Amino acid sequence: MSLSATTAPPSPAAPPSPDVSSRRNRGRLLNRLDVKYSPYLYIAPFFLIFGAFGLYPMVRTAWMSLHDWDMIGDHSFIGFDNYTRLFSDEYFWNALVNTFGIFALSTIPQLLLALFLANLLNRTFLRAKTFFRMAIFMPNVVSVAAVAIVFGMLFQREFGLFNWLLGLVGVDPVDWDGQRWSSWFAISSMVNWRWTGYNTLILLAGMQAIPKDLYEAAAIDGASPWRQFWQITLPMLKPTFIFVVILSTIGGMQLFTEPLLFANGNILGGSQREFQTLAMYMYEMGIVNLNSAGYGAAVAWAIFMIIVLVSLFNFLLVRRSAK
Amino acid sequence: MSVTTRRTRLAAASLAAITAIGGLAACGNDDKPAAGEKPAKLVVDTFGEFGYEELVKQYEKDTGIKVELRKTAQLAEYRPKLVRYLATGKGAADVTALEEGILNEFKPNARNWADLNPLVADHSKEYLPWKWELGKAPDGRLIGLPTDVGSLAVCYRKDLFQAAGLPTERDQVSALWPDWKGFHDAGLKYKQGSGGKAFIDSITAVSNGVMFQGNGDLFYDKEDNIIADTSPAVKNAWDTATSMADISAKAQTWSPEWSGGFKQGTFAATFCPSWMLGIVSENSGAANKGKWDVASVPGGGGNWGGSWLAVPAQSKYPKEAAKLAEYLTNAKSQVEAFKAKGPLPTNLEALKNEAFIGYTNEYFSNAPTGKIFGESVAKIQPTHLGPKHQAVKENALEPALRAFESGQADKAKAWEQFTKDAKTQGAF
Repeated sequence: MSLSATTAPPSPAAPPSPDVSSRRNRGRLLNRLDVKYSPYLYIAPFFLIFGAFGLYPMVRTAWMSLHDWDMIGDHSFIGFDNYTRLFSDEYFWNALVNTFGIFALSTIPQLLLALFLANLLNRTFLRAKTFFRMAIFMPNVVSVAAVAIVFGMLFQREFGLFNWLLGLVGVDPVDWDGQRWSSWFAISSMVNWRWTGYNTLILLAGMQAIPKDLYEAAAIDGASPWRQFWQITLPMLKPTFIFVVILSTIGGMQLFTEPLLFANGNILGGSQREFQTLAMYMYEMGIVNLNSAGYGAAVAWAIFMIIVLVSLFNFLLVRRSAK
Repeated sequence: MSVTTRRTRLAAASLAAITAIGGLAACGNDDKPAAGEKPAKLVVDTFGEFGYEELVKQYEKDTGIKVELRKTAQLAEYRPKLVRYLATGKGAADVTALEEGILNEFKPNARNWADLNPLVADHSKEYLPWKWELGKAPDGRLIGLPTDVGSLAVCYRKDLFQAAGLPTERDQVSALWPDWKGFHDAGLKYKQGSGGKAFIDSITAVSNGVMFQGNGDLFYDKEDNIIADTSPAVKNAWDTATSMADISAKAQTWSPEWSGGFKQGTFAATFCPSWMLGIVSENSGAANKGKWDVASVPGGGGNWGGSWLAVPAQSKYPKEAAKLAEYLTNAKSQVEAFKAKGPLPTNLEALKNEAFIGYTNEYFSNAPTGKIFGESVAKIQPTHLGPKHQAVKENALEPALRAFESGQADKAKAWEQFTKDAKTQGAF
């Protein structure tokens, strides 16, 4: 309490009067309440909104996942049947493999490229720095639907730009959405195009927070720029890197719009589900099929658990390797 | 007060707040109007183009009830909205257009819809009998009044046919393919004469056409058991479709390859329900006006799409809404709608109407589309569609056909994929 007494501003009810003491007491009480509870009041809006749009849907989804739920009909409690069904569902595992495949194809090259670009942009000799930093972020501002539609056209079988370029060097046209590897490649390229710049900027911010005198000291000791990068930049960048990796993981596990639009809006993701992601499978089961909403909810919770596990794994991995 | 109890209290308070919010949302407005009260306004929900703009104005004038027409461009956007209205019990229009696939899917939960039987006069003899029957739910309630039907024809490019040495007059073209074998032969001839170009857009379009030619039950039997793997009608459609792979452009309907293909001439023929004519002309552009024409479909008849008007049970004015639906689907209205936007009538009187039969389409070389489609309507065979017919067709049959067409799977493997997926997609 002594802390609040010293930090609180003088109360306006301070001037002396007959009932000074009672007023002073009331002022003190208000003060105490203010200090104790106003922080909660300030953060309340977030928690109220989170409760209504974050927590409530999650709890509700968990509840639904324990039912055989028809979107426009009846529902009955079936316990964990939906979850046990997941394990023997071939298409769930197929979606899992696709999601991880596209995730690996997009996140790994993307982060390496972002690291390289951030290192370039961090150089002191670079001219027109602001221009380059702005330019590299531009793809992220473009709407994801626009990106997916344009890339979908580039990757078309008959009139697409990439097949035309391949034709120039004598390669047969590729049916991009007809095979697993080519569709994964096409979708990853959309993700990479959109998110490389974003990650570059975050890594760049992390690099600029590294004290300059470390580099100066290293340079005096005769360390090459390459050595400086490995021995100073990378270790110091560790917290930023963990952040970027976890963010990419969450995005990658929830990949939805790009593959959906690449399949011309078909929720199956290719005629043999070559690129149906987990989020698409959840949508297929929970929203498109009216009578399996409960199972769709179980898929949603499975995605949530997978994201938690993968993020944890990433966190441990990056922490250990950067030690 | 210890920290832990304070925390628990805070958590409890926030939980209470959340439940309060949830509770608020759950409180519906139960202000049912008094019986017989005339509504100030009725809402109509449609997708695509139903051609109701002028009809609705006339209705407003006649009855003094305001009508709000809510249009959604694509069926793919329309369906989720409708599902939301039904799942939450609010927001649905008083009169709602239901496409064939959606209607079948909604039938098992028929209590979401008002029974029109007691609300409108008996019209059962005025429409195509099979179309009328499809509007009924298994429990006997009448969910929908028939609007249009997607009777099939073949749209073909006269200029490309001529260049490949095929006849171009629509009667001669129709004579080329009395059956599907003839269609395939014409396709091979075109391929030869054009230097190896594809004849039709895709083999899924073929399976679509064959399925409705009256070879019996498709994915479900009359008791709604899934019979996709043993149904002769499905096998027939499968075999006919797969036999066309060598003359197909492998352009999936609605894909960019497909819509781009109309301008590029990557295929010379496609299957056209009458509502497709507008899409063909749109995709082909003004430069190709007069190059397209319309011939009859091999094997006679066929059906793709078509809709009904229904009244959701949540409507506050089911009686007035049913009357509006009745008005919009009567013979006169169906002819007006056809003239406005092209949906093909299902009312028998409308199908005999002079204005309908005499109608010609300028873009398609002045083809008498009213006469062509009117005749093909009569050939449509009534087919029983199960609850998840659309899902089995779109998510089991067509992907398997595409996998075969693109060479990802051989015929046996593709058939295996189809029968397996049909069981999961068709379960309900």
